[in-house]
Amino acid sequence: MKKLFRTIKEITKLIIKKDYVQAGYKAKRFFVGVKFTDGFLFKLFIYTLLFAFGYVYLYPMLYMITNSLMTMEDLIDAGIKWIPSSLNFENYQLVFSELNFFRSLLDAFYLATIPAISATVSSAIIGYGFARFNFPLKKLLFVLMLMTFIIPPQITMLPMFRMYAQYKLLGSIMAFVYPAILGQGLNGALFILIFYQFFKMIPRALDESAQLDGATPLKVFIKIYIPLAIPSIIIVFLFSFVWYYNETYLSGLYLSGSNLLSLPLKLEQYFIRYTSIYPEGSRARELMRAVKLAGNVLTLLPLLILYFFTQRYFVESIDKTGITGE
Amino acid sequence: MAEIMRKFGIFWDKVKFALSHNVIYRVTNTHWILFSFLKIKITNKKRQSFIGLSFILIWIIGYLIFALYPIFYSLYLSFFKVRPDGMDLTLLFLGIDNFKAAFLYDPYYVQILIAYIIEIVINVPITIVFALVIALLINQNIKGKGVWRTIFFLPVIIISGPVIGELMNQGATTLPSIREYDLIRMILSNINPTLANPIQALFDRILLVLWFAGIQILIFLAGLQKIDKEIYEASMVDGAGPWASFWKITLPSIKPLITVSIIYTVVSMSVFSLNNVIVYIKNVMLGESIDNLISGYGYSAAISWIYFVVMVLIILLFVGLMSVKKRSRS
Repeated sequence: MKKLFRTIKEITKLIIKKDYVQAGYKAKRFFVGVKFTDGFLFKLFIYTLLFAFGYVYLYPMLYMITNSLMTMEDLIDAGIKWIPSSLNFENYQLVFSELNFFRSLLDAFYLATIPAISATVSSAIIGYGFARFNFPLKKLLFVLMLMTFIIPPQITMLPMFRMYAQYKLLGSIMAFVYPAILGQGLNGALFILIFYQFFKMIPRALDESAQLDGATPLKVFIKIYIPLAIPSIIIVFLFSFVWYYNETYLSGLYLSGSNLLSLPLKLEQYFIRYTSIYPEGSRARELMRAVKLAGNVLTLLPLLILYFFTQRYFVESIDKTGITGE
Repeated sequence: MAEIMRKFGIFWDKVKFALSHNVIYRVTNTHWILFSFLKIKITNKKRQSFIGLSFILIWIIGYLIFALYPIFYSLYLSFFKVRPDGMDLTLLFLGIDNFKAAFLYDPYYVQILIAYIIEIVINVPITIVFALVIALLINQNIKGKGVWRTIFFLPVIIISGPVIGELMNQGATTLPSIREYDLIRMILSNINPTLANPIQALFDRILLVLWFAGIQILIFLAGLQKIDKEIYEASMVDGAGPWASFWKITLPSIKPLITVSIIYTVVSMSVFSLNNVIVYIKNVMLGESIDNLISGYGYSAAISWIYFVVMVLIILLFVGLMSVKKRSRS
């Protein structure tokens, strides 16, 4: 912005001096830049788009935050839509105390981290196997893998539940960890697919040269491919973490009865209890909407913070491949 | 510490030697020898497939343990009338009657399915293009990268949790303002209603469509990070503008990821818990329909398998379109 004012000033000076050619040149240089992508117009365009799309994504978040801060009077008052009349943290306090928040958060992180790490490790190994080697029945196995992803989970739910009961996995975190280790975790096939495509994007010349130097396949994988795949490792871990953290469907099924519950599920159970206490149409029910939103904000916030700190590792961690002339 | 590591290294070498030089399994320079008489010649191809298979071995085991049974049992049940009987199920063989009923008898299913197909064929390209645009935008040199990235991570978090249902209930997923813009309203009221209605529907649903783009944005972003900056510099020296370098460098490099994104988009939209087909399947499974012929687990398994086939066809359609483009261009 400062630059904009400065350039306008300089250009007006030039115009006063009647040096139109220079002024035009300067204006062009500023607005369009040398190769267009470094000009002001392009920047303006990018930021406009970013703000427009950012608004779309932030809208529900803002809605949740503002509404969760409202008192009962604000919620009923039709005149108040966005800005609460006073900051009211009671809803948050209620959620905090009712859910025993920090303890639940710890549980939820435990419940998400272990399966997510297992899933990331296993899908990297499997994705590498699919991406770099040829073996009999590869196509068939690949199709079977995709199938596990495409089939609507609702339909395998019943046999799956009976199977888990037979394996005696119900009610413990192992119901998530064992499938994750074996590449069958939540959306496991998608992760394998992501790794598969990422490993395929890495030039072959790298591992061939390592093999000539006598590295075993495992060494090639660990020493060369893993460091190159750090962005994909991070996104897979993040996705997996978020999915396990937010999971209500399977954890409701497998973990019901045990104390270990995902945070959203705990929240849900709390509201079921809440609604059963207060009758329809009462003021407490009205307030529940705000409390619910406060609870949702509290469950989402840790994920956002986690992401904010991990996303920097996501950047420019690559490039040092040491391949030239490719 | 180093001493322990060295000792462990010696020990490990001995274990390795013992594992590869015993009666059951022995390795020479040219052969694998099993049980001292079964000689397998080591060729490069065989070695490759052996290593490859050992990498995906964990998946094969996992598939056999966790995935095979539920998938094929549900397929098996789709040929039966299933009645829950305590913890057990009583089965009554119907043959393909469940599948027949879905198309010929069920008044809703085909209708819902067609609506779903139209919707997804429209939504998927929009989502992919949008995700690509966003990924390109936040890959630029902009101020506050971390904040922008976090904002565009929001959909990943929200769509995967129960929060999205809550927001939909409260009407926070449709932009209220978009319809109130005079310009858009004017345009919509002036064009032919057959054209205006889909556009209107698009605007109504655009937010939800955009919500599905979260994962794809990140996949693309990670892919864009992997493109060597030197290639851009080289092409710039050769006189390629940003437009040309997008089409000639960026797009071909992340093409494999576009395929992943297409598959993911179709699947995530299809198995989304508020999707009409899924809701219908669930209702059928829980036996909410009064009609005996089109309710119960067997029938819901049958319609899910039909749904699955439709999904596969849609994915094949999109992935096929991608590869056709590639061939004509090269």
